[in-house]
Amino acid sequence: MFTFCTDPASLPDWQWMACYLTTGKHMSLYWSVGTVLLLLAITAPTALLFGFGGASAARAGFAPLRWFGKTYIAIVRGVPDIAFFLFFVIALDQMFEYIRHRILCPDWTEAVRQGNDFVVCAAAKLPLGNAPQWVHEVYGFATAVLTFAIVFGAFAANVLYGAMRAVPSAQLETAAAYGMNQRQTFWRILVPQMWVYALPGLSNLWMVLIKATPLLFLLGVEDIVYWARELGGSKTPRFTDYPHGDWRMWYFLALLVFYLAFTKLSEVVLDRLMARLTHGQATAAGEAQRKAA
Amino acid sequence: MKKLIISTAALALMAGMAMADGHSTVRLGTEGAYPPYNFLNDAGEVDGFERELGDELCARAELSCEWVTNEWDSIIPNLVSGNYDAIIAGMSITAERDEVIDFTDPYTQPDPSAYLAMSDSVDLDGGVIAAQSGTIQAGHVAQMGATLVEFATPEETVAAVKAGEADAVLADKSFLMPIAEAEAELMIVGEDVLLGGGIGMGVRESDNELRDKMSAAIQSMKDDGSLNALITKWLPDSATF
Repeated sequence: MFTFCTDPASLPDWQWMACYLTTGKHMSLYWSVGTVLLLLAITAPTALLFGFGGASAARAGFAPLRWFGKTYIAIVRGVPDIAFFLFFVIALDQMFEYIRHRILCPDWTEAVRQGNDFVVCAAAKLPLGNAPQWVHEVYGFATAVLTFAIVFGAFAANVLYGAMRAVPSAQLETAAAYGMNQRQTFWRILVPQMWVYALPGLSNLWMVLIKATPLLFLLGVEDIVYWARELGGSKTPRFTDYPHGDWRMWYFLALLVFYLAFTKLSEVVLDRLMARLTHGQATAAGEAQRKAA
Repeated sequence: MKKLIISTAALALMAGMAMADGHSTVRLGTEGAYPPYNFLNDAGEVDGFERELGDELCARAELSCEWVTNEWDSIIPNLVSGNYDAIIAGMSITAERDEVIDFTDPYTQPDPSAYLAMSDSVDLDGGVIAAQSGTIQAGHVAQMGATLVEFATPEETVAAVKAGEADAVLADKSFLMPIAEAEAELMIVGEDVLLGGGIGMGVRESDNELRDKMSAAIQSMKDDGSLNALITKWLPDSATF
């Protein structure tokens, strides 16, 4: 990175540190911070969408749809995250490959399951065996987002389901009295008012989601905790220009600061959002706001 | 998100039309945390004995290879489900592993394992011994009756000894020697133990084609002495062929 980094052993402390913190490996760490933030940015809205779908399905009039919604909420919430992440992703990946296999290689005669092996034709591989590494990484990232969205979507669905029921029924009855049909009542009366009830639960989920990102490593995405462990481990002079002892404590301290700062930021944003949503609502907080104004 | 999946799938499909054909690229899975066998260098790339060996084997077998890192714990499940095509991660050939995957010919002799401890007076037979989970060393400690504590990464096993959590760590001698040299308070104690049938490359049981190609490449490196040169360079404590 810097021109003076050619012989790290002879450098004074601050220059050594500057060189050390800009090695290719550290760049991977900085990139992984971006990966985590990107994951959160994509997963949160997707999970909310899954949650909204799940909650709407769970209160649908059409029975099979209602069963589907309730089953989704119950099963995914009940399965331990780590089991879900280990089992589900491999199963999902194999399902995609199996479908592609049936479509792309109809002439294939060998079994797909051979003992322990899962063998599909080369064209059905996802991503293809000869795809560059970044495609594999994007694919891994996409399955991670999908898995996170399904898991957190189930929790969000439960929160939203509760929030939908918390909207005073007098509001819905009034809407009906004005001649709105069910769809209009749902979109114009129920949905705008439910957010204020949902937000405390959703903000909890968001906090849990922030902390759950290290599960990414189970999915083969190298996240900040992986790199902190890898970089912090002691390094012997034979294999690196920057030997050091066990520095994991410092790296994890940096992670702690990162996560705490991020939590604080989230709290500030969520508080503002809450104040906004409360405005004009028939809740105790909304009443307090009206009096203060 | 959905767009991302769709576009990824579309991309994969299109790429598939262009070049759908056997092992045009072989993905090599390694752990990247077990120097000198495999580790990440300062640039963040896979480096070490197996990096040099793997690149040479691929050149001889006329394959283009790509390196992938994967956690040790899930290295075999990811191979059999097809996320990469071969494991080259200091994995000794054992009967248990051979039931699940296939191995090429070994590219090292059975490697000596050694104990690393803070003092030479530790009780190796009845004490607390650390080892990486799912390794032959962990199996050996469990069998010999000492208390086994397992860790997910090699680094943590050494850290446990330094923290006093374990009396000693059992691991490949080539991994422990540089650590014993670099750190004054740690030393190799007791007798070396010979475990396993040498290190080989792991492939899926259904993938005989790749296994034969790699075995042939390993044999040609044994024949012209280049494998011995690599072993002497990276694993000075190991026997050559």
